[in-house]
Amino acid sequence: MHKQEFLSQLQKRLSRLPQDEILERMTFYSEMIDDRMEDGLSEREAVASVGSLDQIVAQIVAEIPYGETAAKKAETKRRRSAVEIVLLVLGAPIWASLLISLLAVVLSVYLSLWSVVISLWAVFGALAGGSLAGLLAGAVLCLFRGAAFPGMALCGAGLVLAGLSILMFCACRALTWGYARLSGKLLAWIWNRCFKRRR
Amino acid sequence: MDVQMKRGLLDVCVLAAIRDEDSYGYQIIKDMKPYIELSESTLYTVLKRLEAAELLCVRTVEHSGRLRKYYRITDAGRRRIADFKMEWEEIMSIYRFVTREEAGNA
Repeated sequence: MHKQEFLSQLQKRLSRLPQDEILERMTFYSEMIDDRMEDGLSEREAVASVGSLDQIVAQIVAEIPYGETAAKKAETKRRRSAVEIVLLVLGAPIWASLLISLLAVVLSVYLSLWSVVISLWAVFGALAGGSLAGLLAGAVLCLFRGAAFPGMALCGAGLVLAGLSILMFCACRALTWGYARLSGKLLAWIWNRCFKRRR
Repeated sequence: MDVQMKRGLLDVCVLAAIRDEDSYGYQIIKDMKPYIELSESTLYTVLKRLEAAELLCVRTVEHSGRLRKYYRITDAGRRRIADFKMEWEEIMSIYRFVTREEAGNA
């Protein structure tokens, strides 16, 4: 292989690296080959003694820390071309309205799930209120009106409601806690996606 | 050999190759060849690392109608070699201790 062919293939194979780094590596190998030729080797021998392209590229890729390549890749990905920007601006009336409606749908689903939680708390409130009222009314009937049987029945109903309300309270608390935690995670995820990456 | 250790050794070897006079890539490889085989891509990485750490500096010189990069050791680079010697005195004394133990057991 000739020197120029070697260098152009190296350039092609390293195309994922930043431009200045490719150039620097090519200069380095070019100098190495020239020095070997000056030492008495023919062009082909000099190129061959530098090592095979596969080996060189594999070693270069292995030596680059993963984080660096990932960051560089992200950087190149984020850079938008002028055409893309123009299309984005021109398409704004379409994609912006779609985006807003999508966000509204997501928000309404989220809020309606909260409203389920709130209504369950209302059921708990009704159960608790009912049990208190039952117990009070039962006690009043028993003690002040002398109606022992209806009073006892009301007290019993009140106790049943109290039991149910305790169960309901546990369920509501767990649901609220879980949902709040989920919301927190969701918010953190959105925050990470939108802001942290830009730094 | 441990990767970190090998890296440190290569750094010092390259610094030692340019300790007495400025040198260029191919000459460094040739000077090191009797002691340690070094591929071009490894040398490139080592040189970049040493340059970033300011243990050597680079200058480009015109040589028979083309450009050649010469590497010169800095004071920090010389200190690195001195540190290496001191570290290895320690390591060698540990080595002597370890091998003496083995001889005692055998």
